This record gives sequence, C-alpha cells and structure tokens, in this order.
Amino acid sequence: MPRFLALADAIAEYVHDGDTVAMEGFTHLIPFAAGHEVIRQRRRNLTLVRMTPDLIYDQLIGMGCARKLIFSWGGNPGVGSLHRLRDAVENGWPQPLELEEHSHAGMAHAYAAGAAGLPLAILRGYVGTDLPNVNPNIRFIDDPFTGERLAAIPSLRPDVSIVHAQRADRAGNVLLEGIVGVQKEAVLAATRAIVTVEEVVDDLRVASPNSVVLPHWTVGAIVEAPGGARPSYAHGYYRRDNVFYTQWDAISRERETFLGWMNENVLRKSSSPSPPIRGRG
Amino acid sequence: MDHTASEMMMITAARALKDDDVCFVGIGMPSAACNLARLTHAPNITLIYESGTIGAKPYVLPLSIGDPELCETAVTTVPVPEMFAYWLQGGRITIGFLAAAQIDRFANINTTVIGAYAKPKVRLPGGGGAPEIAGCCGQVFVIVSHSPRAFVPKVDFVTSFGFGTGGDHRRRAGIKTAGPSLVVTDLCLMRPHAETKELMVTSVHPGTTREEITKRTGWPVKFAGDLHETPPPTAHELSVLRELLNRSGQGSGVGPS
Repeated sequence: MPRFLALADAIAEYVHDGDTVAMEGFTHLIPFAAGHEVIRQRRRNLTLVRMTPDLIYDQLIGMGCARKLIFSWGGNPGVGSLHRLRDAVENGWPQPLELEEHSHAGMAHAYAAGAAGLPLAILRGYVGTDLPNVNPNIRFIDDPFTGERLAAIPSLRPDVSIVHAQRADRAGNVLLEGIVGVQKEAVLAATRAIVTVEEVVDDLRVASPNSVVLPHWTVGAIVEAPGGARPSYAHGYYRRDNVFYTQWDAISRERETFLGWMNENVLRKSSSPSPPIRGRG
Repeated sequence: MDHTASEMMMITAARALKDDDVCFVGIGMPSAACNLARLTHAPNITLIYESGTIGAKPYVLPLSIGDPELCETAVTTVPVPEMFAYWLQGGRITIGFLAAAQIDRFANINTTVIGAYAKPKVRLPGGGGAPEIAGCCGQVFVIVSHSPRAFVPKVDFVTSFGFGTGGDHRRRAGIKTAGPSLVVTDLCLMRPHAETKELMVTSVHPGTTREEITKRTGWPVKFAGDLHETPPPTAHELSVLRELLNRSGQGSGVGPS
C-alpha cells in the first residue's frame, strides 16, 4: 500500500543528495512537477538517469543538481540542442557533468534487466560504434551457445524512480496509458518509486485487461499533481505544449535568461498545495 | 513548378520507399519523407517511431518522436523496451531512416560530438535509437544536406556504423544487415560502391553540377559510370508535401532531427 503524500513531502523523504534518480517518460508523461520540486529542495550530486534528458534534466543540470548523467539522446526533440546540458559538458557550468552515454536500445534493455533483477543486459548493439571506447560500461561477451558476440551493459537499478501517470485509485493502483515508454521497467527496477498522477479516483477506469497497471504494492508514494507533466503531456488529459518546447531554445540559450526563467517559474512557486489525503493509508 | 532544395530532398527520399516497407522513422526530414511516401505512392507503408508507435498515420507531422498524434493514429503502441528488443533487434524492420550531422566516405554517421569526446567543440544530442537502427534494419537510408562540414573524410565519432573502413568491414564485424544503401542530399543521390563500399554519386538533381557536388564533399568524391539525372518533383508530389508541411505548421521547412 503506497502512501499518499504531498509533493514536497514525497521528494523530501524519497530523494536524497547523491542518489541515482530516474525520472522517466518517453516524451509523454514526463514528471516535470516532481523535477521542479527536486530543484526547489536543492538536491545536489544526483546521478540522473533518463533515455532522453529533455527539458526536465536540462533544468536540473542548469540548476546544479546533477553530478552525472546516464542517457542516450540529449536534444530538445524537433527543436535542437539542450543548451544547459551542452554548457555543462562543454564549459563545466554550473559544474562539470560526468556522462555515461548509451543508445536507446541499451538503456531500454538495461531498465528491463533491472526490473528482471538481473545484473546485466545483453543485446545485439553498439557494434562498430565509438560508444564502447568512451563508456567502459559497454563491453562484449560471447554467447555460450552460438558464439555470437553480444553487447553487455550493467542493468539500471536507480535508488529512486519517479514517473507521472494518468491516475491512481484509492488503494494506490496506478494506470499508465498511451506512449508508456520505460516507466513500468523504471519503477520495478528501482529501490523506491514515486508516482505523480493527474487524479486519484474511485474507479481506475481500466480500458482493457492488458492496460499497463502498476499494482499498489510496487509503488512507495503517490502524489496527486494535476498538470504535473506539463509542458510534456498526459494522454487523455492535455496535449504536448510544442510551442513551449520551441520557446525553451531561446530561454535556455543564455545563463541569465535561464536563471531568470527558473527563478520566476520554479523557485518562486511553491509546490502544488497539499492535496487532501484521499487514500486509505 | 519551382521547388526548393529541401523539397527536392524530401521528395527524392520518399520515392525510395516502397508500399510494403516497414520503416523505422527518425524525426525531422526522415519523418516528412516517410509520410509523403505514405500519402502518395506507398499508402500501405508501415511507419514505426521509436516511442513505440507501430503503424502511425499522422495527419500533421510530429514535432517530437512521441507526439500524441503518433499514438492516436497507430495500429498499436508498445513499451519502449519491446520496441527495441522485439521489433528492431528482432529484425522486423526493412528500412531505417536516419539524419546525420556528419557522414563520411564509408557512410559512418556522427550525431554525438564535433571535436574530441572528452572536450567537444560541439556536444550534439547523441545516438538515441540510431546505433541499433543502423545495425538491425534491413537497410538504411540517410538524408542530409550537402556541405563540406557534413560530408567529411572521417567522422569525429562513429555514432552509427556504416561500412567502417570499407570493403567487408561490416561483415567482419559480425553485422548481417546491408547497412546504408542510399544517401539523399539536396544535390544528389549517393550509393555505396559494390566492393569498396565508398559512397559514390549515382544521380544528380536537376540544375546541379558535378563541380558543385565535388566542392561540397569533403573527400575526392567519385561519380558512377552510369550517372543519372534525378527526375524533378511532380506537381502532385509538391502539392502533397506542401499541404503536409503547411498543416503541420512547418511551411518554412522542418526542424533539425
């Protein structure tokens, strides 16, 4: 049975300085509200894990929360660069950022291996690329049955995973639908998991017996955070704010405009007011 | 009908796709070309985006690889680990369609860094799905604007393996798929030589000279013996493409991938 917490309490309790943190959501359902709360609480020295760092990690990196990034594609989708990520890598601002760089296939397999409780993931990948030359966590092994040479990477097992979902019922079962990305794997691979949701409901309104549902006993904390994925989107609730994604290019290009925007839109905002505790626990 | 260089590029790329292809689509120009094919000569083509959407038929072009439009129009949407394990690695995809920041004479692609990895001049987004798209799709098409900055003798970083150092390097590396079989630029089409695997110009777009291609390629580029001229865009191709870009709010062109 997960605990129903206010956002500030969930982050305070579950995310610690130095943790390995995965905030997942493949373009869809990115947990921005939770990321902003991590910034407000000034967490430091985090190892951030995400296939596509996206604006959420651009913001965390630019605000000095991260020591290391484990990722596979670090751009602003359809727009261009993540300027804060680039500034950290190219100029060490606001602090140097260690990179552990993979491909999407590698990261996806590594989350699945983490969820499966395996120490490593095996895939037919990385062959001929320079990635193994810059990432010692990409190695090759021989299949004992066929002799085929396959890539091996350590499984991903975050200290805490944070995902956003459409809704939870009052027992804490969570429904995810649409582009479901690697969220189920990220939650099952993690030691602790926080799920922010659009709403807590009596009836989960599960569309199919095969819908992606995280049973309540797989989740540590549930936070009601309506709009918590904006400017990403929540299928069935609101659309992706493509205009903001495009505007972010200009906002984030210079350090001053970035810090001004963060101050105005994140630091000075309180986390959403504590919702009434509607769960059973 | 007059056309721009980028229209020529997207239309030429679209023509290379067949009705029964299953295509793994990158965002930006690859996505425009693939949807143009679907809206013209290849209505049954299966378009797959790495966000997990299989059989997407977007009415407007997505800005990101995971826009709602893709999921809402897809035959099915699968989790991302399944996408890469069963569908891509499993060998279900006939064509991978990639963009590039740099491409070299043996069709290796760089989208990671310009300069040294540890101290890059420019940090690019990285590989994303591309390294395994390049390895696991039946063949790979690449779309890239023709400039000496992009067409380099040797890429600064191999993000996606083409033919390595040429010849049978790909086979020696244990890769069974064909690799990059077509490069579409705003000036010409290039294909790898059958033996050496060096990219050669096989078709020149209307109004383009050999000298211009040579000048904008960073190695002494060779031209095929049976060099073709690319047929110009038809009025139908142009009108379908322009409608698609206009209703997607990309009338002035598509963004970077």
